[in-house]
Amino acid sequence: MLDRLADEIPRFFTWGNVVLLGEAMGITLSMTLVGCVLGFVFAFIIAFTRQVPGFVTLPLRMAAILFVEVFRRIPFLVVLFLVLFFIQAVARGTSLFTVAVVSICIYSTAYIADIIRGGFESVPRQQIEAARAMNFSHLQILGSIIVPQSWPVILPPAVVFMVGFIKDTSLVSQIGVFELTFRARELNNMGFSGILVFGVIAFLYFAISYPLTRWGQWLEKRLER
Amino acid sequence: MSAENSLHLDIRGACASYGRVPVLRGVDLSLAKGEVVALIGPSGSGKSTVLRMIMGLTPPTDGKIHLDGEEVNYRNAASLRRVRDRVAVVFQQYNLFQNMDVLRNVTIAPLKIKKVPRRTVMEDAERVLAKVGLADKLKAYPDELSGGQQQRVAIARALCLNPEILLLDEVTSALDPELVKEVLDTIRDLVAEGMTMLIVSHEMAFVREVSKRVIFMDDGLVVEAGDPRAIFDDPKRKRTGEFVSKILRH
Repeated sequence: MLDRLADEIPRFFTWGNVVLLGEAMGITLSMTLVGCVLGFVFAFIIAFTRQVPGFVTLPLRMAAILFVEVFRRIPFLVVLFLVLFFIQAVARGTSLFTVAVVSICIYSTAYIADIIRGGFESVPRQQIEAARAMNFSHLQILGSIIVPQSWPVILPPAVVFMVGFIKDTSLVSQIGVFELTFRARELNNMGFSGILVFGVIAFLYFAISYPLTRWGQWLEKRLER
Repeated sequence: MSAENSLHLDIRGACASYGRVPVLRGVDLSLAKGEVVALIGPSGSGKSTVLRMIMGLTPPTDGKIHLDGEEVNYRNAASLRRVRDRVAVVFQQYNLFQNMDVLRNVTIAPLKIKKVPRRTVMEDAERVLAKVGLADKLKAYPDELSGGQQQRVAIARALCLNPEILLLDEVTSALDPELVKEVLDTIRDLVAEGMTMLIVSHEMAFVREVSKRVIFMDDGLVVEAGDPRAIFDDPKRKRTGEFVSKILRH
C-alpha cells in the first residue's frame, strides 16, 4: 500500500490539483464565514427581540422563539435540502453556493441566538433594575449595560461554534458545491487513493480550524479584564 | 400650609404582589419635603417592596400614590418617567454597572438620560464623589472597590441625578460591620443638608438618630407610625413592642 501511495503522491500534487484544492478551501472558508457572520447578525436581532417586553412585540417574540427552537432540532443536512428545494422552487438559477450560505446562515442563526440569549441573561438583573429606576429605555439598557457585559460570555462559545461549523460544511458537498469534501470525492473518483485524498483533505480542515481555535482562545483571554 | 412641610409623597391603600403572592396589603405612608422617614419591620414585611413600588419596579396593583400632588399612573410611561426623574433609589446590593468606572457610573444617567450639559454633570459628579469621599477613585471599576466604597458610589450615583426624594433600601445590610460607619456617615451628611429620604434600615440606633418619623411594618401592612421615641420607647401596638424589644436586645 505504501509504495502505491509513494507512486501516487507526485502525480497527485500537480499544480492543477493544488489550485483546485486551494479554491475548494477558499469556498469552504468563505461560505462558513459569510453564513456565520450573517447568522451572528440575525441571531443578535432575534436575541434582542426576545428581550423587548410588551404586548406589541409578542408575535415577534413568538416567531423568534419558534425559529430558534425548530431549527436547533433539525439536522443541518435536512436544512440544506429544504433550502435547496425551496430556493429551486421560487428562484431557479440561484447558485449552489448561495444555497449553502443561506443554509449555514439559518442554522447558525438558531444556534448563536441561543448563545447570545445565554450571554444576555448572565448580566445580573439588579443592574438592569437600577437602570430602569433611572429611566433607561430597553435599547439603552441593552446598549450600555447588557451587551458590553455579555460579550465575554457570548464570543468564546460563538467562535467555537463557528469554527466547529467549518467541519460540518462538508455536508454541503451533498448538493454539489465545489468545496473541499466535494473535490476530495472527485479526486477519489479520478482514481487517486482514498487514503491519500481524504488524508490531505483532513489535514486541510485541520489547517483551517486549528489557527482559528487558537485565535478564539486568545480572544477569550483578552476579554477577561 | 407652607411649601416646606407640604406632603411630597403620599401613598394611600397601596397593594402590590409578586406574581400571585400579595406583599403589600393596603399601605398608607406619607413623606413631607425635607423629612426623613424610616421604614422598619421584620424580613418579608414588605419594606423594600414599598420602595420598589414607588419606583415602578413592582408596580402597585391597587391604591393611590401622589407625588407633589400629582397622581402617579404606573401604566403610563410618561407618568412613570416623571417619578423616576424625581425620585432616586439606592439598593442593598449597590447594583453598580460593572462595565463602567466610577465616574461613568455616576454620570451616565444625567448625560444620556437626562441630557444635562456635560460641564454641569462633571461638576455635579465631582461634588457628589467628593461628598462621599471617593474623589480619588474616579477611574476605578466596581470590582476594584470595597463594599462600603461601592455603596458610596451608588449613593453618589443617586445624588448626581439631583433627586427630590432619595430612597435607601437597607444600604448597609450587605456590608461588613467595619464598613457600615462610612456609609452611615455619608447618609448623616445628607440628613444635615435637608434631603427628603425614605430609609429602610435594620440599624435601629441610626434610625433613631436621623429619622423624624418611624413606620413599623409587618406582613404587608403599616402597624404603627410615630416619632422615634414613641415607637422605640412606648409602642402602642403589641406587635411593635415585640419587634422593637427583640431587635434592640442585641
